[in-house]
Amino acid sequence: MSARTVWRAFPTLLRVGFAEAVAYRAEMLIWVLSTTMPLVNMVLWMAVARDAPVGRFGEADFISYFLATFAVRQLATSWAAWLINWEVKQGVLSMRLLRPISPLWTYAVESIANFPMRLVVAAPVVLLSVALVGARAVPQHAWQWGFFVLALLGGWAIAFLANVAIGALCFFLESSERVLEVWLVLFFVCSGYMYPVELLPPTLRTVIDWLPFRYQIGLPVEMLTGAFGWEESVRLLGAQWAWVAALAALAAFTWKQGVRRFAAFGG
Amino acid sequence: MISVRGLRKHYKVHKRPPGLKAALRSLVHRSYTTVKAVDGISFDIRPGERVGFLGPNGAGKTTTLKILSGLLYPSEGEVTVDGHVPQRREEAFLKKIMLVMGQKQQLLWDLPPAETFELNRAIYDVPQAQYKKTITDLVDLLEIGDLIGKPTRQLSLGERMKCELAAALIHQPRVLFLDEPTIGLDVAMQATMRTFIKEYNERYGATLILTSHYMDDVAALCPRVIVIDKGLLSYDGGLDALVQRVRPEKRVVLRLSEEVDASRLSPLGRVVTHEPGSAVLQVRQEAVNATITRALSTLPVMDLTVENAPLEEVMSELFAESKARRAAASELMPA
Repeated sequence: MSARTVWRAFPTLLRVGFAEAVAYRAEMLIWVLSTTMPLVNMVLWMAVARDAPVGRFGEADFISYFLATFAVRQLATSWAAWLINWEVKQGVLSMRLLRPISPLWTYAVESIANFPMRLVVAAPVVLLSVALVGARAVPQHAWQWGFFVLALLGGWAIAFLANVAIGALCFFLESSERVLEVWLVLFFVCSGYMYPVELLPPTLRTVIDWLPFRYQIGLPVEMLTGAFGWEESVRLLGAQWAWVAALAALAAFTWKQGVRRFAAFGG
Repeated sequence: MISVRGLRKHYKVHKRPPGLKAALRSLVHRSYTTVKAVDGISFDIRPGERVGFLGPNGAGKTTTLKILSGLLYPSEGEVTVDGHVPQRREEAFLKKIMLVMGQKQQLLWDLPPAETFELNRAIYDVPQAQYKKTITDLVDLLEIGDLIGKPTRQLSLGERMKCELAAALIHQPRVLFLDEPTIGLDVAMQATMRTFIKEYNERYGATLILTSHYMDDVAALCPRVIVIDKGLLSYDGGLDALVQRVRPEKRVVLRLSEEVDASRLSPLGRVVTHEPGSAVLQVRQEAVNATITRALSTLPVMDLTVENAPLEEVMSELFAESKARRAAASELMPA
């Protein structure tokens, strides 16, 4: 599909996607409730840090870290794998494939169109963090805000592209929802969602640095809480966007190969 | 416009008997069977033609339509639609075609159809002026002015189908594939859809391929039919010629002013139905005139019409013939 077609259709796709997000607002709020694990973790880790800090984390640091985790999780997420599995099984994907725009673009725009609704939840949480911890809960410099936005986009891109690559496996495996569950288990363990990855032993942390999971949640959270200086931020953003590029290639490959096997069942 | 040569689509399907034992066995050893959905068909369709694909369930009609619209990759054969190879799914090709499936919808469920129309305008890159004119025409023709602002989920099946058709035609496709477009609709709505589809074909010169189990759709829209059975093409030609070939006899429909005994009807031809005020006789084509003359002179006839056999009967006879031929062929095959 030409970039021109995508570019020209983008505003309307976004607007209609947003209208759909508003129509499903109740469903979204229920989903938000299912992502409150960071708040539980926050309480647990605050109790652990009451007597003495854990690494560099005192009680206030855990508050800002987990509130940031909650906020980032609202945005750096995707459910494309479930959608692809459902649409392939039901044959609904046919309707997307008939249009002169790749379904991958429409999945992406539908996800991005949810951002305003999710910001309604995420932004007050960040403000709450500032109210509880003070200004150090958020970046102090413009470049840090810029890096945070870049890291957040990268985190969303990793979530989305991994979902597409896993979702496209259903063309080969009949269903790839179990593969997604394996991914999610690794995500919970390795992403910084349950605990800051810097609290893990050095060997484990090295392994995690080479995996994509921490770049989805941990890195944007660390950027938001101002954990790194300029050089370290650039290095980590480089690693994150290398993963984005690798996953984009993988997603495009599995999708292209998978669509050839699409059986368009169900009418 | 459309050229199909030696088209084949074979699926490898996992097969296992029911039960726990079979389920456990399938963990380590899976047996597959090859389903020949389409098994070597060839045909050509000229620009602006209206063609009906006929065949029993599982014949390969929808599979063929999905290959022609680029949804499925053929296993073998060559297909071109207006110079494009469908499975390449080029943007220019997708902008020229549309597949409307009676059992699938593109309308956004929780938003009004007007939003889907606007979305399609953007995706198909339709200029605003052309979009406004097309939408005005479609809204008038389909009488959906008061529907397009209501959420799709609140529309009846017939209303939804009309909006579905409007959404499919916003980019004015030159080739329209219709897969059971009137399924589930009441008789009046089916007639509305047929009239609209025919008008679209005549106004825009669009090529149209239709599959439907409602023979009235086919009779009203398609001068030419292609019959597919078990993945093979068993007839390609005019609808009238098909009826003549399969069931050359005519039906003489009599409305009678008083009840007559069956013994007075049977000398005139084969009695298909006989009720107190009416009777239907089946006679050879060359005997129609003589039968009419005799009926008028010997029976209390109020009204008389001569018809072809119903298309449903013609089709079931054709499929029965094909089945018998296949059975005979398989008996001749060495074991």
